[in-house]
Amino acid sequence: MGESFILNPARTAQQGCGISEGKFGDKYLQEVTVLRMAPDDMHRLRLADGDRVRLTSAFGTAEAPVAAAKTDELPVGMLFVAYGDLSSRLMGDDTHGTGMPTSKCLDVTLEVLTDR
Amino acid sequence: MSREKPDVEGGETRIVRDAACTFCGCVCDDIELHVQGHKIVQAKRACVLGTAWFLNHAIEDRPSCLIEGRPASVEEGVERAARILTEARYPLIYGLSDTTTEAQRVAVSIADWVGSCLDTTSSVCHGPSGMAVQGVGEVTSTLGEVRNRGDLIIFWGANPAESHPRHFTRYSLMPKGMFLPNGRKDRTCVVVDVRKTKTAKTADLFIPITPRADFEAVWVLRALARDLDLDAEQVLRQTGQPLEVWQDLMRRMKAAKFGAIFFGMGLTMTRGKHANTEALLALTRDMNAHTRFVCRPNRGHGNVTGADAVVAWRTGYPFGVNLARGYPRFNPGEYTASDVLSRGEADAAMIVSADPMANFNQRARQHLESIPYIALDPKETPTTRHATVAFTVAAYGINVPGTVYRMDDVPISLRPAFESPHPSDLQILQAIENRVRPSIT
Repeated sequence: MGESFILNPARTAQQGCGISEGKFGDKYLQEVTVLRMAPDDMHRLRLADGDRVRLTSAFGTAEAPVAAAKTDELPVGMLFVAYGDLSSRLMGDDTHGTGMPTSKCLDVTLEVLTDR
Repeated sequence: MSREKPDVEGGETRIVRDAACTFCGCVCDDIELHVQGHKIVQAKRACVLGTAWFLNHAIEDRPSCLIEGRPASVEEGVERAARILTEARYPLIYGLSDTTTEAQRVAVSIADWVGSCLDTTSSVCHGPSGMAVQGVGEVTSTLGEVRNRGDLIIFWGANPAESHPRHFTRYSLMPKGMFLPNGRKDRTCVVVDVRKTKTAKTADLFIPITPRADFEAVWVLRALARDLDLDAEQVLRQTGQPLEVWQDLMRRMKAAKFGAIFFGMGLTMTRGKHANTEALLALTRDMNAHTRFVCRPNRGHGNVTGADAVVAWRTGYPFGVNLARGYPRFNPGEYTASDVLSRGEADAAMIVSADPMANFNQRARQHLESIPYIALDPKETPTTRHATVAFTVAAYGINVPGTVYRMDDVPISLRPAFESPHPSDLQILQAIENRVRPSIT
């Protein structure tokens, strides 16, 4: 049974540096595939850094390892990942007449995959 | 450009002064580059993003052209590219935000010759802001004016500490300006966002709001600017902050001598999109009944502002333009790249300095992968990997001169550091234009 979260992808400086170093390099791939989560949520779900979860939105699904966000960076109930393949798999294609798919504050369901 | 004493490696170190960094929309043009042969070894005054940009663009050890993954001559690539574009019934030309204004101009010409859809990365960045400007106009200024006058700086849904690291020191928070002799001490910084970003940690006042409540929050401020009574319980429920917080912010805004709002994709990519930015631009207009206030989007790519400008002065519209009927039609949602690909309409494409295979939604990526397309990029990317014709091009600002537009529409000339054996975007696009022009007329 999954739990509802809001996924809020955005840019990061590490992602930007990774783009210049190369999109097939470790820095970029690490930044766009690791899901950040509020420490309180990690604790409540008994998750540790590196544990895997599955995210499902109305448009797609993706699996990712999680890592704790810095203490106060994320509110409880919000997830973060730098823009990239993972966030693209979860956003929709309807741009509501603007050209811009809704790419932030996506409703997702999170399932824990790692057995603990 | 000047030459200085040889370095310890044995090669001569050349110094390029006042080089412009084209990684982000700040286009910092005070960078001192130390160049050894075909490599930049130091980028003085560059931020973390600029340093990575300059130091990681040596000569790419790849062919200048690949056709279906196999090395080919540039001439063969141009010929194949021209055939792809002219044989298509609904071609798409997309990208343009990481190349020079001169190359952008030629890309628009190609779109005109082949009757394609023409879209820039603006449509998945600040395209909604462009629509908002068309709706309500904008009260704006250069970044230099903010540097010298801005005593109240508001960042709304923007995180320049990560995306534009020198925004604070060059323009918005730290500089000692003409009317702000004490720099940061003379300025108040407010951040409105749904999470406590690095930018929020630098603020004097951080206002965390409910996700997807930007529109409601801006309209609360619009009402307060006009001294209207509001239901405190409803304000708290809809924005996540008590009315007193918004009243305090409005007092600060009215008391400012020069307020500046910088907004980011926290507004354009979330629920409301252009309606969010339209509300913010209207609030800025409202504030000018009380004091001087300006509003600017924090633009991302190095020349995305130039892309808007060039496409606008060549077609009348900034992005999402269709030229299939021989005259430009503008309709975001219909002629924008994400839509044209998601709906499976485009049957060929040319991607100039952009990476939709990394950033577009899954349906759009699957369709792009299924059609013949051309990609121009200095680096190997998911988009170049799947391209029918992939050109490795020289990097603008590092190998190629030209003009870019800073995020406040100020044009800046580039000072390249060293030559590349790879052709520039401009050279490739000019060759393609020369090839498609006679076959169409």
